[in-house]
Amino acid sequence: MADDPGGAPSGLQPPASNLKATPLFLSVLLIAACGLIYELVAGTLSSYLLGDSVLQFSTVIGVYLSAMGLGSWLSKYVHRNLARRFVEIELAVALVGGTSAPILFLAFARTHTFRPLLYGEVIAVGTLVGLEIPILMRILKDQVRFKDLVAHVLTLDYIGALFASLLFPLLLMPKLGLVRTSLLFGLLNGIVGLWGTWLLRTQIGETFWLRLKGVMVCALLLFGVFEAKRFTLAVEEEVFADEIVYAKESPYQRIVLTRGRGSFQLFLNGNLQFSSADEYRYHEALVHPALAARPRARRVLVCGGGDGLAVREVLKHPEVREVVLVDLDPEMTSMARHQPLLRQLNGGALDDPRVKVVNADAFVWLTEEQSEPFDVALVDFPDPNSFALGKLYTTRFYKLLKGRLKADGIIAVQSTSPLMARQSYWCVATTLEASGFKVRPYHLAVPSFGVWGYMLASPGDFEVPAHTLPGLRHLTDEAMMAMFAFPADMSRVPAEVNRLDNQVLVQAYTREWKRWS
Amino acid sequence: MNGDGRMKRRTFLALSAAASVACRRRPGFEASLIAPDMATGHRLRQGGLPEPDRWEDVPILIVGGGIAGLSAAWQLDRLGLREHLILELEPAAGGTARGSRNGISPHPLGAHYLPAPPREHADLVELLGETGAIESFGPDGEPRYAEHMLVREPEERIFAGGQWWEGLYFHAGANGEDLRQLKRFQAEVDRLAAWRDGKGRPAFGLPRSRGSDAPEVRALDGVTLADWCNGHGLTSPRLRWMLDYACRDDYGLRLDETSAWAGLFYFAARQQGPHDRSRPILTWPNGNGFLVEHLARQAGHRLRTGHAVASLRTTSTGVEARVLEVATGRMLGFRARRAIFAGPLHLAGAVVEGLKADRGSSLEAFHRSPWLVVNLTLRKRPREVGFPMAWDNVIRDSPSLGYVVATHQRGLDAGPTVWTWYHPFTGEEKAERARLLAMDAPACAEMALADLERAHPEIRELVARVDVARWGHAMVRPRPGFCWSEALVRARQPFGPIHFAHTELSGLALFEEAFDHGLRAAREVNALYRSGSRST
Ligand SMILES: Cc1cc2nc3c(=O)[nH]c(=O)nc-3n(C[C@H](O)[C@H](O)[C@H](O)COP(=O)(O)OP(=O)(O)OC[C@H]3O[C@@H](n4cnc5c(N)ncnc54)[C@H](O)[C@@H]3O)c2cc1C
Repeated sequence: MADDPGGAPSGLQPPASNLKATPLFLSVLLIAACGLIYELVAGTLSSYLLGDSVLQFSTVIGVYLSAMGLGSWLSKYVHRNLARRFVEIELAVALVGGTSAPILFLAFARTHTFRPLLYGEVIAVGTLVGLEIPILMRILKDQVRFKDLVAHVLTLDYIGALFASLLFPLLLMPKLGLVRTSLLFGLLNGIVGLWGTWLLRTQIGETFWLRLKGVMVCALLLFGVFEAKRFTLAVEEEVFADEIVYAKESPYQRIVLTRGRGSFQLFLNGNLQFSSADEYRYHEALVHPALAARPRARRVLVCGGGDGLAVREVLKHPEVREVVLVDLDPEMTSMARHQPLLRQLNGGALDDPRVKVVNADAFVWLTEEQSEPFDVALVDFPDPNSFALGKLYTTRFYKLLKGRLKADGIIAVQSTSPLMARQSYWCVATTLEASGFKVRPYHLAVPSFGVWGYMLASPGDFEVPAHTLPGLRHLTDEAMMAMFAFPADMSRVPAEVNRLDNQVLVQAYTREWKRWS
Repeated sequence: MNGDGRMKRRTFLALSAAASVACRRRPGFEASLIAPDMATGHRLRQGGLPEPDRWEDVPILIVGGGIAGLSAAWQLDRLGLREHLILELEPAAGGTARGSRNGISPHPLGAHYLPAPPREHADLVELLGETGAIESFGPDGEPRYAEHMLVREPEERIFAGGQWWEGLYFHAGANGEDLRQLKRFQAEVDRLAAWRDGKGRPAFGLPRSRGSDAPEVRALDGVTLADWCNGHGLTSPRLRWMLDYACRDDYGLRLDETSAWAGLFYFAARQQGPHDRSRPILTWPNGNGFLVEHLARQAGHRLRTGHAVASLRTTSTGVEARVLEVATGRMLGFRARRAIFAGPLHLAGAVVEGLKADRGSSLEAFHRSPWLVVNLTLRKRPREVGFPMAWDNVIRDSPSLGYVVATHQRGLDAGPTVWTWYHPFTGEEKAERARLLAMDAPACAEMALADLERAHPEIRELVARVDVARWGHAMVRPRPGFCWSEALVRARQPFGPIHFAHTELSGLALFEEAFDHGLRAAREVNALYRSGSRST
């Protein structure tokens, strides 16, 4: 026998084989991409649902990596029929990884065991992914020289990961959303497994049952991809609807924009702020009655409302010369200016020369900043579901606001639902009265919220306005009149005054809304 | 097969992450000692200072610009005696009630709150009225305090079992017996709050001079609060923890060393009657520094800071004070008809000539707990589990008292903040003081961080700067027998033309007591001064 110029350690030529190395290398690429996608899906999902992206991402990645280590280590205990094991592992990853996003969403919405499930899922997927590559390398080790094998497998592994990491934020997240991305990559993983039953058929032996399993897994995931929409609708009441198109964790809150069913929605800390389908009802009602009650308003203050939608309504009044928008979160106002969907919806309101944007806590801004008094102030804060928000509904806040209004100034305050949180709604009215305002409560139906309530208030006497701006989408003179009438189930109930040192509103609000969730 | 290159990459990533964490462990902040001025205190005690080259005459001299000294000045003004001077050793007035500020927030260096006084405490109500703390008066004459000066909800939370809970009493997991004992204790406090003696005085008044001296009340001073609890069958660990916390918080003492009279005073004196759980609390971003600033403004140029009184000598016409002007090192002389010594009594012994000889044993009876106050300026808030951040944040399994959030009252609920962390040294006085004074600023910062790490593992990463106040003689210790002792009564007596005002004279370190002694000393001076002026 001639000397082996290739220097194979045993001195033997690799046995001629029908095993094709190239397609298997291609599968490495796909497997790597899928593996990274599951990791990103889990990290993104947990940071959306639990907040605090840095913490969530790093724990998910940490757990995932150690699970991969575990998988790699376990691989040495896999002895017989490596090829069959490889296909089985592929199918298992496809199933567990592919269904991870829908299952976790469901768990978050319906159970209290989100975290254990999340980490269980991450460990399972990580372990399986950790098993893949060592086993594949052992399958290929007799076909390819070791140094080439290592070089190819690792190169493709990294390239696959690179692809995935670029595709995920740029294409998958915005176009498909988390649920479909995870299902789709599961499907891809399943197809790799199924493909393996052909590539490795000589080593597997009996393939019928294995293929059947593969087909079933793929069919299930395919079904999932098509049903993803319906599924997200089903859990949407509890979690965000639809796909997430924009998400940002600011120091103050978690901002998420989702899209689906011909509209898009904004969530702050998981609470719906508006849906583009019916926000015009909400914002017209917030803005125009106040401006109708105080004609010829020149200076308008908007507190909260960093989405620019209230400002859009204010700017419809040509007599308004100056709008000051005070919103806590620079991320929010910058998103209102630059995020295409939102910018289109608010008509670029925040870039209007009449508008001045201030990023500050309105509570602190009112205490510390002095400027000319306002004719109208529109108060559009999220509902008082935390002490930090509750302070914006106190006598202290309203008195500070009063101090910045003209004597005949008017304010409109979003005041949660008089139907779902009746006590809380009337607590806002009582608190405004205790702060020296005359109050006229009103409400309307905003389908994505339910029946919603506001207060129109002024330090002086005023009448419910009779005429509003013509040409609005919802509000007419008649509709405006109707908003001020209260049916029996929302009529006034006695309530305590909400003060900084009692924060009764936060307690009432939490109690009342608990009944509806 | 040595195939797993992935593991190597992962291991490398993990290692470099660990390495970068390790690098960041180097403290990325500056720590400085900001109070008190130990060097000047040391120079005074060393003695050997030269004679003044210049003398100034002033009718009334107040030594010490803490709450007691400033209140004395305020009262003298009310009595029409506007010609007085306050000499304060430190660069700013306020003593243990001082506040400070940095780029992020004003914050306390010591005292940080005051229970909102009821209308009966008319002098204090008047003072608070001047500061804008009272919005109006109710039909019953009770003051209505300004909303933003009353502690904003949530007031307190406690860290236990890995997360934060609402309130100071750790309710979660308390059993039936725990809750029954809590109720029994509260009933006992209610009973004491409702109790009146033959003259109609409550068992505990704020200040204590408004309370009863009936034997059954005084008897409480004979035992420790721990013994009193044992006698009442109050053994619940949760209740005892809360009472121990209260003793450490108000007096820097443990439950088994605090007089039952003082311990119960903490609870009952703030209560107007049964079921009125406790008075609402007034607080400001710079703590009681807010009240100091008001009083210092009233004093105006009559307050001279950076003036350390080295000695007070009684003469035939009154008092002579030898004073070190800290900034220049010059000695100044002041001649006054009357003086009020408003510093702590261990300094009175050193400064007032002849006092030690006259009443040394009475001065020896005072014991004091050292305190460490560390202000941590944070770049941002840490992550947390459970009840949201409150004004007062207590860690159950800690010898410290936790921290107060300086930005809480301003309504700043996100972003940078300042935390004021309090640690009383409850052990043997001298050893504890030596331990405290041996710690430099970084060591003090380390003590606070190690403690806070129990609840906030990532705290070190968030700290931008640390400002430390080491109070060697912070709080007088109300151990059994002291609050009603002869020594205390004697220490309040004027020494010739020199009167005394300091919270220590009550045996309790509280704003109301310092204020009360300031007013009392001013009234004493007023009475004698007027009769004196008539005779000349
Ligand atoms: C850490 C800490 C926290 C506290 N928290 C509270 C609280 O929340 N609420 C509360 O009611 N009480 C609190 N206290 C108690 C507080 O001590 C009193 O409320 C009150 O401030 C005491 O005032 P004082 O004037 O009697 O004494 P001090 O504050 O001791 O004032 C004495 C002053 O005299 C000056 N002085 C001393 N010697 C001389 C000299 N030779 N020449 C010139 N000046 C001199 C000192 O520099 C000082 O300014 C706290 C105390 C500490 C230490």
